[in-house]
Amino acid sequence: MIRPRPPRMASLPLASMLPLASMLPLASMLLLASMLASMLISVPAIGAVPSLAQQAPAALDDHAQLRDPVLQTRFERITKELRCLVCQNESIADSNVDLAADLRRQVREMLIAGRSDDAIFQFMTDRYGEFVRFAPPLSAKTALIWGAPFFTLLLGGFIVFRVVRQRSRMPLDE
Amino acid sequence: MWKFLLPFAAFVALVVLFAFGLNPSRDIHALPSPLIGKTAPEFKLTDVLDPTRTVSTEALKGQVYVLNVWATWCVACREEQEELLAIARQHVVPLIGLDYRDDQDKAKLWLTQLGNPYTAVPFDGDGRTAIDWGVYGAPETYLVDTHGRIIFKFISPMTEEVWEKEFLPRIAAARSGA
Repeated sequence: MIRPRPPRMASLPLASMLPLASMLPLASMLLLASMLASMLISVPAIGAVPSLAQQAPAALDDHAQLRDPVLQTRFERITKELRCLVCQNESIADSNVDLAADLRRQVREMLIAGRSDDAIFQFMTDRYGEFVRFAPPLSAKTALIWGAPFFTLLLGGFIVFRVVRQRSRMPLDE
Repeated sequence: MWKFLLPFAAFVALVVLFAFGLNPSRDIHALPSPLIGKTAPEFKLTDVLDPTRTVSTEALKGQVYVLNVWATWCVACREEQEELLAIARQHVVPLIGLDYRDDQDKAKLWLTQLGNPYTAVPFDGDGRTAIDWGVYGAPETYLVDTHGRIIFKFISPMTEEVWEKEFLPRIAAARSGA
């Protein structure tokens, strides 16, 4: 009688599935430490969120909504895609600093004047640089940002492939 | 062999990365301006101290000048005030003080009580000129050359060291090149 072979993958300990953890102990410890550190640093920020939330975000501007619902939708989308340069991790749609209010006013006026989305983004980029956009357009300068996730995925896939193949060649021990 | 070299190489790469990324002397909020090397955005504004007087980029054409963005609500501007007064006494370049999103009466009071380092004080009450110049805070200090181009921008309160190391050599170069 032929004994069914146990599925090979199932017997692998988790650590062998994480080649980085076993191959780069020092580097991974460093990475882990830096992640922990950044979590600790952000704890006060998390604590501050409820008090911020108590301010009514809907009443950021005195302006009424744009009369044209299409323009209002565009206004909301554009201001969400523009970074507030003062707080840097907030969009100008969410921030209540003065500069964000000025930039919202600018977007509103340009929309009413019939300018295109591209023209508005170009206006902001000319003055504040690519950093003002949360999703900068793909160019030679930004290729690294856009390409990094795919590159990392490929690299990870390659490492997993190699480890799995290596393990599959090992004699079964029982 | 590579199994030992690879982790080591990764470790070295991380050290280099962190040395750059966590460098405490680097201001992570200071952004490079896309306007460096470009023509300074035009403005035509009234003077805080004399509303009948206009201050414009047009009138400043052909000379090297410094534009300092300030406001009475800006704590760091109070910090650099002494240094700006010292710079003004050197009479090297015209010092234009763009009063950003401010109260004109408070600005007047500030300049009369603390001293006025500026040759002209254009009033940008609604911050529109500031948007054109890519201002995102105060104080910010720009250097404009004889061709009307912005050649340098400094974000933070002005210090003697920054003035001597960053501004004076550039001013001299801008003049000799013209």
